[in-house]
Amino acid sequence: MGFPLLTIALLAPIIGALVLVFIPKDEHKIVKAISAFVMAISLGLTLVAYFGYDFAKGGMQFTEDIVWVKELGVTYAMGVDGISLPMLLLTNLIGFSAVFASWNVEKRPKTFFILLLLLIAGVMGTFIARDLFIFFLFYEVVVIPLYIMVIIWGSSKRVTKEYAGMKLTIYLLIGSAFLLVGLIAIYLNAYPVGQRTFMIDKLAAASYSEPFQIFAFALLAVGFGSLLSMFPFHSWSPDGYAGAPTAVSMIHAGVLKKIGGYGLIRVGLLALPLGAKFWAPVIAFLAVCNVAYAAMIALAQKDLKYVIGYSSVSHMGYVLIGLAALNVIGINGAVANMFAHGVMSALFFSMIGYVYEKTHTRYIPDLGGLAHQMPRVAIGFMMAGMASLGLPGLVSFIPEFTIFVGSFAVYPTMAIIAIAGIIITALYTLRALANVLFGPRRPEFDHYPDAKGPEMVPLLVLGSVLVLGGIFPHLILDMVNSGVEPLVSAMMAKLGAAATIGGGF
Amino acid sequence: MNMSLLSTEILTAVLACGLLILCLLSPNKEKHRGIGYATLFGLLAILVTTFFQYGINETTFHELWIHDDYSVFMKELFLVAAILVTLSSIDFVDTLPRFRSEYYSLIVFAALGMMVMASANDLVTIYVGMELMTITFFVLVAYVLGNGRSSEAGVKYLLLGAASSAVLLFGMSLLYGLTGTTVIPEMMAKLHWSPALVIAVVTLIAGFGFKISAVPFHMWSPDIYEGAPTPITGYLAVASKAAGFAVLVRVFIDGLPLQNGVDWLTVMSVLAGITMVIGNVVAIPQTNIKRMLAYSSVAQAGYLLVGLMSADAAGVKGILFYAMLYVVANMGAFAVAIVVAKELGTEEIPDYAGLAIRQPLLASVMTISLLSLAGIPPLAGFVGKLYLFSAIMDKGVLWPAFVGFVMSMVSVYYYLNVALYMWRDEPKDNRPIHVPGAIKFTVLFAMVATVFFGIYPGPLAEVATMAAKSLF
Repeated sequence: MGFPLLTIALLAPIIGALVLVFIPKDEHKIVKAISAFVMAISLGLTLVAYFGYDFAKGGMQFTEDIVWVKELGVTYAMGVDGISLPMLLLTNLIGFSAVFASWNVEKRPKTFFILLLLLIAGVMGTFIARDLFIFFLFYEVVVIPLYIMVIIWGSSKRVTKEYAGMKLTIYLLIGSAFLLVGLIAIYLNAYPVGQRTFMIDKLAAASYSEPFQIFAFALLAVGFGSLLSMFPFHSWSPDGYAGAPTAVSMIHAGVLKKIGGYGLIRVGLLALPLGAKFWAPVIAFLAVCNVAYAAMIALAQKDLKYVIGYSSVSHMGYVLIGLAALNVIGINGAVANMFAHGVMSALFFSMIGYVYEKTHTRYIPDLGGLAHQMPRVAIGFMMAGMASLGLPGLVSFIPEFTIFVGSFAVYPTMAIIAIAGIIITALYTLRALANVLFGPRRPEFDHYPDAKGPEMVPLLVLGSVLVLGGIFPHLILDMVNSGVEPLVSAMMAKLGAAATIGGGF
Repeated sequence: MNMSLLSTEILTAVLACGLLILCLLSPNKEKHRGIGYATLFGLLAILVTTFFQYGINETTFHELWIHDDYSVFMKELFLVAAILVTLSSIDFVDTLPRFRSEYYSLIVFAALGMMVMASANDLVTIYVGMELMTITFFVLVAYVLGNGRSSEAGVKYLLLGAASSAVLLFGMSLLYGLTGTTVIPEMMAKLHWSPALVIAVVTLIAGFGFKISAVPFHMWSPDIYEGAPTPITGYLAVASKAAGFAVLVRVFIDGLPLQNGVDWLTVMSVLAGITMVIGNVVAIPQTNIKRMLAYSSVAQAGYLLVGLMSADAAGVKGILFYAMLYVVANMGAFAVAIVVAKELGTEEIPDYAGLAIRQPLLASVMTISLLSLAGIPPLAGFVGKLYLFSAIMDKGVLWPAFVGFVMSMVSVYYYLNVALYMWRDEPKDNRPIHVPGAIKFTVLFAMVATVFFGIYPGPLAEVATMAAKSLF
């Protein structure tokens, strides 16, 4: 075990939060500077890991193993592969941007940034844990800061922030109750007493009976699915995002709900392939419901956050249908799309947050012509919007295309419906953007300044990733493929069906 | 006869009597803080001696008394609870009108009663220990002279406690009649199915169910928790309940056969199920923090009963581990309630508004303690539930895990309700709240222990495993 890079990246925000506890609560600037500094450390280390990943070697790298609870078989095992690295990078990109998107928080900033850093650390931990127990620990850590942040700094519009916060929390927790039963069942069934372990790779290597796989996968699908806002467990998502403060919406829509997709692949597909095969058609059907139904609802929304909230539900449908295809291409697309959607939605929410912070409204009919006063913010909106509808040259085109290629082979009809969903996406995105950004100059917005200084950081960071990911898609897809291919091929071998379509592009 | 097996109890009895003598020696008008600290250090010293008592598994007094790792673990739990209660009481005792010094002695006597229960290998010894504990609690619950609610709670507890003791005694007498012995392990071989055994098991469950406040024997707890002085409520909620579990586990696992006997596992399963559901659901509408914690403690009894359902070492280990964390988390919450009651003069949850601004430490401890009770990782309550529910899932029974995990997520609703008021609202006034040193220590200990054992449960789990194995 060499340099504990991942542990340091994980501990940086936690130590930052501890330091903040001792800073006097009036020193806002220092609080924000420390938060930005620790997130810069995490982001830097993540970039080192991302570009230092050895493709030739593959598999889990930067691993650390410390026996944690011996009798339970818990290991403090960290490590990243091609599936978790993009997610880790996403977490830190968004976490870093979220700190700057919250630069103007003046209400109890000390508490805010302590909770924000804990939230980011929690999300980061889930993606780098190789042990199911540690994974679950981090997965639920996020609940506490999440709830408190929504009720203090949230906004009450269509629903009160208390309602939104509680809905978010209860959905996440009830889902996790089912998930927990499923995870413990897997743990107990994998090995006899004495050899039990929570290590995900060992659990994936164990063999389970088919009825058990079907049962356990259903539990996981409910648990992870409700986090991923899978239809019909999606209704927390728009309300929650609308009630949450900007940074929470960014992190939640950007990375937190991706834990659902990540968990489904890492534990669901790889450990329980027969269960996945049994439920895949159902998931594909629900995914199409996600795409079409949520997009339709997004059409009718007048609050910007609700538009993006439903759009994120709709986009998760693409991820799910990619998963349900159960082939290398589909799953590649699903993972890459989680990354793409994360960047895009975080940028969207940070721009909405900026506009709301200045104008105190998110109601589309009240806004208009903002491109005159806020050209930079308008650029951010346009980039996010174009990425949302899958414009070639931006980060989300290739992943969506990959998903369609992967899923068309398995579910042609559903794939066609899903592709048609893009048209609706274009409709509501373009309409919202046109109404908010363009049109005649509205004098009442004249005194609002454009984004500048630290406020530009989310736009610069996330915007450049959007473009870079679009122009050099291999930066992400090669990484994803190097993680997905060996694991999914092994899974297909387990299923008995030869991998008919190989990887590569 | 090996008297050294009773050393913990002898030391505790000496401490309790010594404290009484100290009361007589010190003038009546004084605050008696010194006696509080004497209690504290006495209990700490006894706690230290218990660490050297693991590994001795012997019986004495013609099998009436057993000293095993299980009993040592339980005694440590009672001592930890008594220490935390003493710490949280020191400032509360100042506000009492009279009889300040005797208060501490009673706390130690109650702990002595619990220790006797934990080490009792025979029904009569159990009863003696239980009465020592219960009668002390009658006094402690009614300790605030001139306060009608405290006296009312005392009388209620006296009446209901006496009735439950009578029921329990009836069951014990039936067992003696059936077997001709009161020694628990000897009963095992002599019991066969008979209608009298059914009645005995049912009355035993009713009697112990009262002590652990399992549904439907929980009715007393909200009223008495609300009326009793807050430190005593905490003591009642954690230590008295744990003592109830200590004997419940020993009597049922060591004494009552499942084959050819009465299928008490089914009864326990039903009790566990309805206790988890009703405790959590009824806690939702409560607005008084002590009533809310009372119903939450009912729900916790349900989780603990799940450990008994699996009736093996893994399940008992879950009970031991969870009970210890339950002590720590609950005492953290009660310590915060004590300060708030003293400084703000209220026990209503909406009055906790703005606590996060006025006193962030208290608000953090309250939130962490409550979420640990709800079983949210990385807090210790989660690991405890994992042990309890994985033990029963390992037996192939899934429904308790479903009910338990879903109900604990429901419990998050009412726990977070407290957090909502503490964190969201602006305080009514901005005076900082003074936290006395002893309470500060209690809440910090509770917070650190809850987080530490949640992230690194290994050491405590190993001790609990060893203690549980000594029963089988």
